[in-house]
Order: sequence, then C-alpha cells, then structure tokens
Amino acid sequence: MTGINYSERIPNNVDLSGDRALQRALEQWQPNFLGWWREMGPDGSQDFDVYLRTAVSVEPQGWAHFDYVKMPDYRWGIFLNPREEGRRIHFGEHLGEEAWQDVPGEHRANLRRIIVTQGDTEPASVEQQRHLGLTAPSLYDLRNLFQVNVEEGRHLWAMVYLLHRYFGRDGREEAEALLERRSGDVDNPRILGAFNERTPDWLSFFMFTYFTDRDGKFQLSALAESGFDPLARTTKFMLTEEAHHMFVGESGVSRVLQRTCEVMNQLGTDDPARIRAAGAIDLPTVQRYLNFHYSVTIDLFGADQSSNAATFYSSGLKGRFEEGKRTDDHRLAGDTYRVLEIRDGRLAEKEVPMLNALNEVLRDDFIRDSVGGVQRWNRVMDKAGIPFRLSVPHKAFNRQIGTLANLHVTPEGEAVSEAQWEARRHEWLASPEDRAFVASLMGRVAEPGRFAGWIAPPAVGINRQPVDFEYVRFN
Amino acid sequence: MTTTDPVDYQTEPSRYRHWKLSFSGPVATLALDVAEDGGLRPGYALKLNSYDLGVDIELHDALNRIRFEHPEVRCVVVTSLKERTFCSGANIFMLGLSSHAWKVNFCKFTNETRNGIEDSSRHSGLRFLAALNGTCAGGGYELALACDDIVLVDDRSSAVSLPEVPLLGVLPGTGGLTRITDKRHVRHDLADVFCTTAEGVRGQRAVEWGLVDAIAKPARFDETVRERAERLAGTSDRPQDARGVTLPPLVRAIEPDALVYEHVEVRVDRANRTATFTVSAPRAPQPDDIAGIEAAGAAWWPLALARELDDAILSMRTNELAIGTWLIRTRGDATAVLACDAALERHADNWFVREVTGWLRRTLARLDVSSRTLFALVEPGSCFAGTLAELAFAADRIYMMSLPDAPDEAPRLTLSSASFGRYPMVSHDSRLARRFYDETAPMEAARAVTGQPLDAETALGLGLVTVAPDDIDWADEVRLAVEERAAMSPDALTGLEANLRFGARETMETRIFGRLSAWQNWIFTRPNAVGDKGALKVYGKGERARFDPDRV
Repeated sequence: MTGINYSERIPNNVDLSGDRALQRALEQWQPNFLGWWREMGPDGSQDFDVYLRTAVSVEPQGWAHFDYVKMPDYRWGIFLNPREEGRRIHFGEHLGEEAWQDVPGEHRANLRRIIVTQGDTEPASVEQQRHLGLTAPSLYDLRNLFQVNVEEGRHLWAMVYLLHRYFGRDGREEAEALLERRSGDVDNPRILGAFNERTPDWLSFFMFTYFTDRDGKFQLSALAESGFDPLARTTKFMLTEEAHHMFVGESGVSRVLQRTCEVMNQLGTDDPARIRAAGAIDLPTVQRYLNFHYSVTIDLFGADQSSNAATFYSSGLKGRFEEGKRTDDHRLAGDTYRVLEIRDGRLAEKEVPMLNALNEVLRDDFIRDSVGGVQRWNRVMDKAGIPFRLSVPHKAFNRQIGTLANLHVTPEGEAVSEAQWEARRHEWLASPEDRAFVASLMGRVAEPGRFAGWIAPPAVGINRQPVDFEYVRFN
Repeated sequence: MTTTDPVDYQTEPSRYRHWKLSFSGPVATLALDVAEDGGLRPGYALKLNSYDLGVDIELHDALNRIRFEHPEVRCVVVTSLKERTFCSGANIFMLGLSSHAWKVNFCKFTNETRNGIEDSSRHSGLRFLAALNGTCAGGGYELALACDDIVLVDDRSSAVSLPEVPLLGVLPGTGGLTRITDKRHVRHDLADVFCTTAEGVRGQRAVEWGLVDAIAKPARFDETVRERAERLAGTSDRPQDARGVTLPPLVRAIEPDALVYEHVEVRVDRANRTATFTVSAPRAPQPDDIAGIEAAGAAWWPLALARELDDAILSMRTNELAIGTWLIRTRGDATAVLACDAALERHADNWFVREVTGWLRRTLARLDVSSRTLFALVEPGSCFAGTLAELAFAADRIYMMSLPDAPDEAPRLTLSSASFGRYPMVSHDSRLARRFYDETAPMEAARAVTGQPLDAETALGLGLVTVAPDDIDWADEVRLAVEERAAMSPDALTGLEANLRFGARETMETRIFGRLSAWQNWIFTRPNAVGDKGALKVYGKGERARFDPDRV
C-alpha cells in the first residue's frame, strides 16, 4: 500500500492516507467505479480533454479548480464541510443532544437506507444522460453535460465514503450494489422511478437538471440538517455543486425559449408548425416537457403521508429544508399540515399530522422554489414581446406516488374521467410526435462558438472564458 | 347475534375486494391486490398490500373454492398484483387500534388459514408456491413460509423480512419464528440476525440462509415461477378430469341470540354466558356411492356439516367474546352418521371425499384451539357416533347421562374408524390417542368396542367420558359445572385448557399455537408494545418507543 499518494489520487479532507480500513475499501471499489464509468459513463468520450472544474479542497478557492481533464482521470474527491465544534442535533426527539460522529446502532438501518437511496440517484443520472454527448448543441453545452456527469460521479463517491467509513460489511456491499444497478434495466433497476426514465434529448436534459436536480438540492438540504454529522457535512458540500446543475437547466431552457422567441418574431407567427419548420421548439411543446418533468420530479418526494418521513425526522436523521431558520419547536408533535385528497370527485384539503406529512412539506418547499425559475423563463417571452407564459401544472397532475397516484387531474387541478384524460393527455404531456420532433433537431455541433439552431448562445462562458472557447477537445 | 357490527366469515369470489383468483389448467393464481380503503373496520388504510381480518377471510374462502370448485388445480401460485410489493403483513395501524382480544382472535384465524395451506399440501396434494414479486415483510413472509416453495424476485431491492421485533416490539407471531426454524431449518444464529434486521435479507443470501428456495431476475421471474409451479403440480395427485363441487352460500338464520343452519344450531344463554351448539345427524338418506356423493355435492351431509360448524365456530369466537362456555350437543340417528362415516372411509381415495374429510379435520382442529370451555353433553336422543363423537372428544369434559332403568332410551356413544386417526389434531395425534397418551391398554380396549353403541357405564369404564350422572342428578350436575366454570378467571381457563388439551406430542402447529402464540399474547399486553409509548402504538407517528429496560 506504500507508494500511493492518496491525497493526490483521491483529493480528500477525511485523512484518507491515515485510515487503512477506508483505504482498503476504496482500493477495491475504485477499479469497479472506473469500470462502471467506462461502461456506463458518457458514451465515446473517454479520450476527450474537457475543461472541467475539480474540487481539490473545501476552501472557497479550492473547490473550483479549472483545467482540461480526461474524464476517466478526473480526480473524484471526498470532501466534507469542516466540522463545526460542539454541533448539536437541532430537531426531533434528540434535540439538544450532541450530533453523532458515528452511526447510532438504533438508526443504522434507516441511515443506510437514506444514504443508499440518495447515492443511487447519482450514477443513475449519469446513465440516463450517457448518450447526450453525441447530440450536444455546442461545445459549451457538451462541457456542461460532462461537468454535471463527473460531479454526479463525485456525489456517488461522497455517499460511498459514508457507506465504507461507517457501515462495515453491509456498507461495502451496498456500495458495490450502487455500481451494479442500471437505470432502466428491468432486471436491475435504479431504486427511484424517475431515475429509470430516459433522458432522450437535450430539452429533457435541461428540464431534468432544472427540476430533478432541484429535487436533489432539497433532499440534500434536508440531509444537511442531519444529526449524523458526517452526512450533514458531506451533503452540505455536495450542495455547492448541485447549484451548477440547476444553472445548466435553468439557463438551458432560457436559451431554448430565447431562440424560439427570435424565430417567432422573425416569422411574426405563433403557429407551432411554422416555428417547427424553422427549426425551433414551439412554446406549447416546452410546456408539455415541463409538465412531464415537473410531475415526475415531485413524485420523488414520496408519499404525502409517510411513516418513514415521520421516523426519519423524529430520529434526527433528516430535517426540513432550512430547519435551522424555522422558528417552531422542531419536534412537531401535535402539529398538522394540509394535504390533498379526492373527496366526492374533487380535490380537497385535509389536515394530517405534520410529522407524517414531511414529504409534502419538502415537496411544497420545492414547488415554491421551482416556480421562481419558471417566472424567470417567462421574462424571456416578456422581453421578446410574446404573450405566451409557462407555468407549473397542479400538484395533483400526473402523479404516480401517494394519495394522488393514478387520479386523472388536469394541469389546472380539475379532476376528470379516465376517458377525458386519455383524450386530452397529449395536450398536457409531450406526445411521441413531440418527442420525435425534438429528437429530429438533435445533432452534434462541435465547432467552438457555434450553436445548434434551436438554442441561443449563453451570455457568458465558463470561468470567464469566451463563449467560443474550445471547452472540449476531441483528440 | 347482538354484537354490534358482527364479523361475517362468508364471502364468495365476486365479492372479493383484495384477492384475484385465476385459473390456468393445473395452476391457479391467487393474487393479492388489497384495496386500501377496504378495511373491515374504520380508522386505517390498508397500504402496501397489508392485510386485516377481512383480507384473510377472503383468503380462507378462496382456498376452499380452489379445494372444492377446482379439483384440476394442483398448484396454487400466491403472488401480488402490486408492483414491487408482495405483501407488507398485517396492517400495523389496525393492530394499534385493536383490542387485545381482537388481535389474538385475528392472529389465531390467520394461523389457522396458514396451517390450512400446509394441511392441504400434506393431505390433499394441493401444492403452494409463493411468488414474491416484491417486498415481503412480516405477515407477508409468514404467508410465504406456509407455502411449499418460495421464489423471490432478485431486483436488488426486494427482500424478505420479519421486522416485528426491531420495528414494532412484538413477534412475528403468525408462524414466522416457528416456520423459519422448524420448517425451513434456518440456523438459529442467522435467524437471530434475520429477525432483528428490519430491512431483511435479499438475493443470494436469502437462498443461502434458507429463507427462500430460489431467486430470479425480474425478466426471468414469471418463467421461473411457471416452471417451478409446473414442477410442483407434477408432485400432486389431484384429479385431472373431475368436475368441481360448487359451494353455494350457506343457508343460515342469524337471530339476536341464535345462529341457525340446516345441521347446526347455536343458542346463546347470556345470563349464564354459555352457548349450546347442537349438531344434527343427517335427516334424509345420504348417498353412499361416488356418483351419488358427487351429485349431492355441497348438500352431502359431511360437507354441509363441516361448512356450517366452521362458520359457527368462527362467528362465535369473533362476535361473542363473553360467551365463555360452549355446550356441545348432538341429535338424530347415529346409524345415519355411521353410514356417512363408512362412505367417507370407503371412498377415501376420491378427491372430493378427501377434501370433505380435510374440511372436517380443519374444523375440528379449529374447535381444539378455540379459547372457550367445551363441555359435551351426551343425552337421550343424541348421536355421538364416529365423526360426531370427535366433537365430544374435542371437549374438555364429557358428561354422559346414565339411564340404567331405561336402557332403550339411554344415550349411546359409538366409536368408528373415524375415531382412530381420520381427524388428527394439530399435534398430529387422534383425539383418542391424545386422551389415552397412546397407551396400549386403553387404546386396545377402545378399538375392541369400535362400532358398538356404548352406554354411559361402559363408556365411563373405558375412560371415554368424564362423568356419568343419572337422570336424577343430571340437571344439577350440568348446571353446577357451568356456573362454577363461569365464576373462574377466563384468562386462567384459556391457559388451563390450552395446556391440557394437547397432550405430550409437539409439532410445528402446536408450537405455533402454544409457544409462539403464548409469548406473543403476553407481549401484546405489555406496555413495551401497547402502552402509550409502546412500539406498536407509536409506530408510524414518528415518535420513538419508550421501553421499560427491565428483562422479565
């Protein structure tokens, strides 16, 4: 084991070179991870030099180190936010007790489950996006895709670190299993439904990074409150990277809208057929994509009434978004929350115990946050003088999880019959024709500074580089 | 019956809310698809294919439909229609809301239904395959354990588990602990790890530990289940071209203080907290060849008797908790009973006769494990012969009237071949072998009088009855016995009877009804489970259970 410089190969702030158990675990896991990356990572990209940001420390200047890297050589590091001395658990039944530095036996199974479920989403999204590099609309976008991919890989490392360091043999087995499941594989699927859906085109990718990575932000924020200190510190650092993923989504959709508005104004039309003929994506299609990704993503928060959610909170394992900024008693016993149900054929609210409704609480926080970006998208149309406005559909629309699962509710929140739903579903959700059209626009643009015709260039480049910078060298 | 909202154990497939029954040649599929809002009582939702008594009542009915209406079925695949969930066991919120008596009665019926699955495999060649298409926890796994073969989907997340101890502070009490050890021979230390690991065990390890028989990837799952079901079906001797016997709805009158069927009548005496079960011999001539028996179908007296008595026992157990003593009477012509017994014996190889015998066996076994005092009253006009004599031998005491001065009117007790092993108890002993600890002398003496109508003195001499008061003492003797019984602690009586009824031999079933149920029922009353902060009470609310740390 001598001769390996761990801090060089695996940048970390967890004293990897002094922890033999962890070294042994990671030495076995790392080759498997690279094997997985070669097999399931970005298709045909192993030799590219990509202008990537690498985290080399948790200091402000350390987590954004830019250089050309071949992705398999990317230094997937292990970083936790610095430990805060005397940190105490600030919610649930252990409120006021010292935060745990080791896994309490009582909560081992639940903590492991939380970490495995979170960890499973990281490689899943890399798998979902692995073919997108072949149709990137520019080098700038291709680089952003790869940046997202390597950071999802690093997030996997972060979760695997926790499994290896704190969960013994079980943890090692779960870490292996994270590399063995495959997105969309019927025999061996990823754990959560949305992570087995395909990400077939770049509009889907932008919607995914805007909405689904935002789910990641909220889940990580809730875990960043955890009484299990290593989990809290790990997820806090992951959040710094998640912000970039959402930026890719928000700016990506913005640029699609900007291009569409330009075409609409040039042609003086809002006729989707003419806009499509001109090679841009008509706004109703963008809305239908939005409806799909939004509804699939809010399912990720889980059932609206959940025993697990209550247990995770009360046990101090998973807090609420911005738990520390809330002013209630942080125990929530006896508190209530309103959730939706169908009563006499219509959606109605009912009060349920707050602890059981914490998935819904987090979902509602997510909804508020994601609406903000949609309003920013609408400013693109506003500026272009186009009256069309995007909006998020009703919370009960197209749900598969919880009380609202399998109801037929329009984006406006009106319950309809199954026949009405079937007749109108393609007004609300992208049809195969919509998807075929979007797919027909996809094709790789590989010349620095050039952009596909369905998307506008960004206002600025990465790391203050110009937009026509050679973000990816194909070699 | 006066209990508000009594439970009815009668149903039929068109009324099922939770199970889908389908048939494909020799393989039937019994698929669990629990309606969340279909709970038997208000206050809980049956999420994730969890069950309550109502779900199990349908299962009990479905098993009987397969046994009788579908003789061509050789293997039953038990599976689920819910994606990624097989069954998550008994509904915890239901258990949290239920009284102690309800929980115990529910578990007993659940145990009987699981035992009935094994009983059918052992005696009638009907095989069962548990096709676990997703998560299988607690009572869901206990249902699987009752099957001959368990196949678990290997999707890297579906596991089998018995999380009762770590999550709920109770035991896997419907056979779980007994079947993983007695039946599946899971090593006790691995069983300890398994039963304290809430998330359970999946994949290859589940096979290695003996928790399941096979695993299959999702894409291969259906095929694997089909192959194994066909193989299991091949080990069955159920008939290939027999016509099923339809089970029409039971004809019964439910009155405030009575249940009246064609051959069974139950009358409740609330003041004395007793119920009198009166079972009648056949009134009309019964067929004795197979054609006639099959033509009679559900109207054939032995089957009608089994169905009615089964329903009466279940109803009384669930709906009349305070009626602590059941008096068992019979009336009618003993020779008609013995004629049916002879037919049951002569045609024992016929599938239908075999199934009827099975229902009688399970019903008598249900009587054995009922937590009620059972006194048999052998009086003039009674017909405790053969199969009906088993009702007497199931009782805690047998009172037989002695009429030395009027031998023609004196009641008689008659043994038949049915008395020596046709209806084994859960201990696998006949009731007579249990009675005499299978000792040679009394057993031989009893065998020697098979077929002879015995009067009270003879029966008493042979040890076949408890006491034989004459007609002058009779009324007072019986009254005093009943009143005395009613004055004793119902709990102590339940414990006493359960200890005395089953003799020396232990089987998996006696361990389930004895060791496992007794521990479970104790735990069910302890604050660690059902106190305000007990694990069963706080489950799902996000509150942590508070335990009294003292070991008892």
